[in-house]
Amino acid sequence: MLLIHCPYCDDTLPELEFAYAGEAHIARPADPSALTDEEWRDFLFIRTNARGPHYERWRHIGCGRLFNALRDTVSDRFLTTYKAGEARRPLTNEAAE
Amino acid sequence: MSRYRISGKGRVDHAAPVSFTFDGKTYRGLRGDTVASALLANGVHLMGRSFKYHRPRGAVTAGSEEPNALIGTSRGPGRFEPNTRATVQELRAGLVTESQNKWPSLSFDLGAVNDRAYMLFSAGFYYKTFMWPKSFWDKVYEPVIRGAAGLGRSPTEPDPDHYASRYLHTDVLIVGAGPAGIAAALAAAQSGADVTLVDENPEMGGSLLSDPGVAIDGRPAWDWIDAQLGRLRAAGVRLMTRTTAIGYYHQNMVGLCQRLTDHLDSPPKGAPRERMWRVRASQVVLAQGALEKPLVFDGNDRPGVMLAGAAQTYLHKYGVRVGDAPAVVTSHDSAWYAAFDLADSGAKVAAIIDTRATVRPDLLDAARQRGIEVLAGHTVTTTTGRLRVKSLRAAAVRGGTVSGGRTIPCDCLLMCGGWTPSLHLFSHTKGSLAWDADGGTFLPDRKTEAVEIAGAGRGLWGYDPVLADGAAAGLRALQGLGRAGHPAAFRVANDRPGTGTSHTELPTDGNPGKARAFVDFQNDVTAKDIRLAVREGMRSIEHVKRYTTNGMATDQGKMSNINGLMIAADALGKQPPQVGLTTFRPPYTPTSFGAFCGYLRGETFQLTRKTPIDPWAEANGAVFEPVAQWRRAWYFPKAGEDMHTAVLRECKATRASLGIFDASTLGKIEVAGPDAVEFMNRMYTNPWTKLQPGRCRYGLLLGEDGFIRDDGVIGRLSPDLFHVTTTTGGAARVLTMMEDYLQTEWPDLDVWLTSTTEQWATVALNGPNVLAMLKPLVQDVDWDDFPHMSCAECTVAGLPARLFRLSFTGEIGFEVNVPARHGLTLWETLMEAGKPFDICPYGTETMHVLRAEKGYIIVGQDTDGTVTPQDAGLDWAIGKAKKDFVGKRSLSRPDIVAKGRKQLVGLLTEDGSLLQEGAQIVLDPDQPKPMRMVGHVTSSYPSTMGHPIAMAVIEGGFDRMGETVFIPMPDGVRRARITSTVFYDPDNARLKA
Repeated sequence: MLLIHCPYCDDTLPELEFAYAGEAHIARPADPSALTDEEWRDFLFIRTNARGPHYERWRHIGCGRLFNALRDTVSDRFLTTYKAGEARRPLTNEAAE
Repeated sequence: MSRYRISGKGRVDHAAPVSFTFDGKTYRGLRGDTVASALLANGVHLMGRSFKYHRPRGAVTAGSEEPNALIGTSRGPGRFEPNTRATVQELRAGLVTESQNKWPSLSFDLGAVNDRAYMLFSAGFYYKTFMWPKSFWDKVYEPVIRGAAGLGRSPTEPDPDHYASRYLHTDVLIVGAGPAGIAAALAAAQSGADVTLVDENPEMGGSLLSDPGVAIDGRPAWDWIDAQLGRLRAAGVRLMTRTTAIGYYHQNMVGLCQRLTDHLDSPPKGAPRERMWRVRASQVVLAQGALEKPLVFDGNDRPGVMLAGAAQTYLHKYGVRVGDAPAVVTSHDSAWYAAFDLADSGAKVAAIIDTRATVRPDLLDAARQRGIEVLAGHTVTTTTGRLRVKSLRAAAVRGGTVSGGRTIPCDCLLMCGGWTPSLHLFSHTKGSLAWDADGGTFLPDRKTEAVEIAGAGRGLWGYDPVLADGAAAGLRALQGLGRAGHPAAFRVANDRPGTGTSHTELPTDGNPGKARAFVDFQNDVTAKDIRLAVREGMRSIEHVKRYTTNGMATDQGKMSNINGLMIAADALGKQPPQVGLTTFRPPYTPTSFGAFCGYLRGETFQLTRKTPIDPWAEANGAVFEPVAQWRRAWYFPKAGEDMHTAVLRECKATRASLGIFDASTLGKIEVAGPDAVEFMNRMYTNPWTKLQPGRCRYGLLLGEDGFIRDDGVIGRLSPDLFHVTTTTGGAARVLTMMEDYLQTEWPDLDVWLTSTTEQWATVALNGPNVLAMLKPLVQDVDWDDFPHMSCAECTVAGLPARLFRLSFTGEIGFEVNVPARHGLTLWETLMEAGKPFDICPYGTETMHVLRAEKGYIIVGQDTDGTVTPQDAGLDWAIGKAKKDFVGKRSLSRPDIVAKGRKQLVGLLTEDGSLLQEGAQIVLDPDQPKPMRMVGHVTSSYPSTMGHPIAMAVIEGGFDRMGETVFIPMPDGVRRARITSTVFYDPDNARLKA
């Protein structure tokens, strides 16, 4: 069972307290009606499906907040977590390995 | 004294005999025995039959890796356990055991006919033999295979035992309490670290328990163990025996299964049988030792053929000589010591056959001193003996040629093909393995966790290096904690160092095509099967494994993986690391379901949510149904009523006068704040800006993909406060979805979301007499301005309330919300006030019928995640003037506006029969199979109108009004007419009264 750091609670807690919430940094378009069908399809369905470091969202069920995480999908390791709305964290050396 | 027990020898209590039965016969063993050691003491080697060929089998090992000696154990009704390893099950008074895979008896088994027909059962025989004729599969092959397959028999009663679970946080967890583990614990226990040492056996000491002649720091091995365990105990180290580390998970979490009562004569009442520990350790030391490998040769599976190390363990730990005339065949030095120890205990060792041409001189000397014949550079080509090995045939190997075979009588044959480091747990962490060509084995390489591997698990051999390695690993673990300690050194006398070599099958001068040389004993996989799999195109070891089932037995390849790999690599002409190893998965040894469940069974498996009114329903004879996690009153039968009668009575009473319903499970979310209306506009399809405070509206929630997610009536209590209701099952999901948008897409909105589901008890009142009954109880409501779809904060029956006027039945209806603590009071007051109107409590079934008569959908029943508002006939709920809301853009996607989508319609059967929910619908019942299905029935009920009603989704349904469709069922085809979904009062006349 993973231990995950909630950036809001600033505490590292067992995976049981968290829920995965999809890929991160996919903003809802400000005006969906301006998008073509293809652009809207991409927003809805097309995902990175990364092998390796992956930006994704998690929800801490305990405090109810959604936050971002950089997790390696191969090792299942959390490389970092940060608050929603913060800029995409750069890949660290560890992540780039 | 049993025939093969050596007086005074071993760690068993010779003064404490224990009786048990095996296949109905009573045997005597000693306290401290396993079932296997006690049977061996009585000269019983035959303990089971193999899975496929039903070949007679005996214990190969003395530990948890045992593939053959699987037995059923029993302690009375519900306490039968199949596939227990006889080599692990400790003796207890009155233990009842039985062998498996035999009929009519273990010594005479009709299933053994499979053995004669072995040519039919080669690798992949399932895939080849049962292919044709196709019609045989259902009727012949599958029943026969199902009947013959399976290991042991399952208990049929519920398990009456209970199981515990605990969490543990520790600085250093050491798995395996052999010499390396004990040395590691001594090192780690310095400086006050919290240390936990676990071992799967009843006693700590590991291999030292089977090597009492070794001396450490001047003390005999067993005295040394006692002294060290005493030191560890004094240092506060947690020592846990009968505790198997079953899995190694992320971030140093290790699962431990501790067996608490299976060894006790009479367990304390209420004691848990097993306890699962979930341990989080800062540092882990794996000191699991190594597993001895069998050699692969014709007849290597007869009872009496066992691992040399196992024979040594039976001798020293249990005082049992496994035979009077053992022969030894080995490719490793360790088996020589087993031969010496047996000879010194009075056995006449028939011969030591070593596959190596050159053997250490000191071993040759020691054999000579004992008068043991040595055949170096030899092989074993076959054995004889039906229920017990009688002889072997040894032959010389020179330059790859086998010649000069000779028969050697023996009553057991001890084999050793070298030792495989036990790296299962390490592999669970995805730690990589490196091939050690010299040792012919895999060794731990790159680590992914804070873990140290020590001792034989790292390929070391001999007590001196293993103790030093354990101490070093313990010290490194301590340093990993940021603590300091002193290095330790041990003086070992009478050490037993050793090396060896690895083999595929042993060379033979016989026909290899006929050799029954077993690699996986339990699954009856032979060397020939593995070579056949490679010949038939299997290249990956994972394919070879699945095609032959090698390594798929309950020992999970502990005996067979490396031998199988060596043979597959040889057949492929590759090096073993190029072929690779199959994946190790938890659990390390078979683990009971009970241990995994722990406390989470029965009532504690999942919580049952009950409403404040639930006690009244229970006292008044409600039948309940589960809805999400809630227990809801389904219907309230009166004496002699079945469900159908009760539900129709409840429906009619509600339509005729007054019904009362506990709707407390409805999800409730309070949306508050200056931007609440903007938030509602963005989330729900409906327009909210013009909804006045004191009015409510049906709200529809879509996913961004345009499909219906939830619905419910939403009241605007004040300009900045919405009381949102959701479906019972959708409450948490909807709140999560709202929070997601609020936190991550629109953090600028000034809105607060609060779940109030459990804060409000909700009572629904419906029927033409509801106003007459309710009005006198209500204060602070202006009835002249409280039409259908109104809401107010007011007082009902003297209680603070939120009153909604709405209808989910088609009758005039109200929902009264009061703080949950007043829910029961409100219900009882309303029941009393309703008496003059024959108030009728109804349950969820009546609610479903009444809403279906009106064509009100239930999200999740009439919709399934692929239904849009248009499909469900809910276009009217879409705020067309709104620029955007969640899912709006998707409603104009090409697939969503395409013709031929499934649309929600009503169905009336021509013969007045009740359709089955989920039944498939076709347009032409005479078309050839498989028929084209155009939709399915989503809801179907008897109704108050004298005929059943149904709803269905049907391709292009809106354009097919009045057409007939067909519902093929096992007992014939039903005809049904497509109608509107509104069956009752389509003009809503009853709501306007």
